[in-house]
Amino acid sequence: MTIEALSSVNYWLAALLFVIGLYGILAPPNLVRKLMGMNIMQTAVIVFFITLGYKDDATPPIARHGDHEPVVRNYINPLPHTLMLTAIVVSVSTTGVALALLIRIHRRFGTLSEPELLEKLK
Amino acid sequence: MMENAPVLILLAPLTGALLIPLLGFRFGRAVTMASLVASLFFGLSSLAQSLSAGPVHYHLAGWSPPWGIEIVVDPLSGVVASLVSAMAVLAAMYSGPFLAGWTRRRAGTFYSVYCLLVSGLVGIVITGDLFNLYVFLEISSLSAYALLSTGGSRSIVAVFRYLLIGTVAASFYLLGVGYLYAMTGTLNMADMSARLPNDDVAVLVVAASFIVIGLAIKAALFPLHGWLPDAYTYAPGPVVGFIAAVMAKVSAYALYRILYYVFDPVGGPRQPIELLGWASVIAVVAGSLMALAQKDVQRMLAYSSIGQMGYIMLGIAIGSPLALTGAVLHVINHAVMKGCLFMAVNGVQWKVGVFRVREFAGMAKRLPWTMGAFTVAALSMVGLPPTAGFFSKYYLALAAIESGHLSFLFALVLSSLLGAVYFFRVIEYAYLKTNDEPIEADAGTEVRELDASMLVPVVALAALVLLLGIFNQTVVTMLVVPGLPS
Repeated sequence: MTIEALSSVNYWLAALLFVIGLYGILAPPNLVRKLMGMNIMQTAVIVFFITLGYKDDATPPIARHGDHEPVVRNYINPLPHTLMLTAIVVSVSTTGVALALLIRIHRRFGTLSEPELLEKLK
Repeated sequence: MMENAPVLILLAPLTGALLIPLLGFRFGRAVTMASLVASLFFGLSSLAQSLSAGPVHYHLAGWSPPWGIEIVVDPLSGVVASLVSAMAVLAAMYSGPFLAGWTRRRAGTFYSVYCLLVSGLVGIVITGDLFNLYVFLEISSLSAYALLSTGGSRSIVAVFRYLLIGTVAASFYLLGVGYLYAMTGTLNMADMSARLPNDDVAVLVVAASFIVIGLAIKAALFPLHGWLPDAYTYAPGPVVGFIAAVMAKVSAYALYRILYYVFDPVGGPRQPIELLGWASVIAVVAGSLMALAQKDVQRMLAYSSIGQMGYIMLGIAIGSPLALTGAVLHVINHAVMKGCLFMAVNGVQWKVGVFRVREFAGMAKRLPWTMGAFTVAALSMVGLPPTAGFFSKYYLALAAIESGHLSFLFALVLSSLLGAVYFFRVIEYAYLKTNDEPIEADAGTEVRELDASMLVPVVALAALVLLLGIFNQTVVTMLVVPGLPS
């Protein structure tokens, strides 16, 4: 498990994306950029799960014509993919709510920059 | 009908949430009350069934686990689910006068999202599937963001921050679940518990750490509590009582469920749990200290919640039967007393328009019942017998002594003393000081009690605080002990 994980570039990519996302939430002063950081972080988790279901030389789990005794080794694991469809829906909904909040913040305060907002909230 | 009771706990409020928009936002209040009372009824009947005949398992769509998602009502989840629905019913009743002046569409939307929040919260409690728990966690969080942001311009900024932090928490949780899934190939809690290896500790520690971090953020455990004070302080009156009472507690429950029912409590990863213990000791003291520094009563209650979440987490971290009894009992007690406090304070704000401690001067003469309920709940927060809060603290203190960590005991006692200081400050102003400087919003000393639909939930919760204290022995042996991990 650990050796495979180390050799797979996808896991490193997922970890990198996760940290980039976290940085994107913490560092920028602009709220829209923070939201984009949040989306990158969610994508990292999706990449991680999708990679879990991957196998070399395997196809989606649809039995080939005439294949009456399918071998599990020949098919990828579809469960992480379906889980991530749900996670994508969650991510879209979260982004939707966040954008709605941003619209209201912008209407009320006329800015989306955090330092300016804090100044106005004093 | 009754064999479907476990799933109906969750489906009743979900149906309510869908029905209100379909009816053109008419009868919002009636539909909400009906669906929440139905949820409470199914919760209590499933709980009774689990107490008499063992845990109730319900397989969604007839797929048996581990392939399908199952709903499990055991004594523990039954108690917490019934607690959530009961608080939801009382809070829905309480919200009436706040929404009286709203347009039909706005009030209907509010009730619809409120039902969605309740279905998400009971879903977290009764699901037996780790990924399903994530989905319910996000359903409840998204509806909470929507409800909390109706509290005015400051609340929107606070909620946006809560949304970012909450999503980070959910991502951490999901990553941890991913590790567990990669190890076992299953997402069903019972099945995973049987398959988790005891030797490959490094991976388990990583998975457990991600899950602990994720759920500790959602439960506002110090130092991951940053979102809570602003989100609760600027929250709108009709929902803050409910959200403050149960939302963080449901995340703490989820953490408890995973640490003790999925992981092996003896052979499983200890490091994250030990870290949790020390973080909660600091939370207990820090939450009380910060509460002491507040001039705004609502904000004081929010910081006090951070300290109280520390109590629950401390019980979970110590992990002995006594400690877990104390933790579960404190989940129940704190939900009831904090719900009562927030509802009483928001009632005062609604009627008189004040939030600051100084402005509570002479309030006991003007709202005698509300301030009476506030006082009972506050005494319970401090931990005076025979109120409920005394007994959960008593169990936690015994567990701290038993575990040999006297610093834990010291933190519990110190926090109770600090609690006495900041709650008695409010009580002193309300009962002993007279109102010499007139308040702009509403001067005078005549009795102006809350409307009945607001007063009944507040007083009922205060009565419940006393009942839970007086019949504490019955509650513990009948409801809490059967739910402890074997």
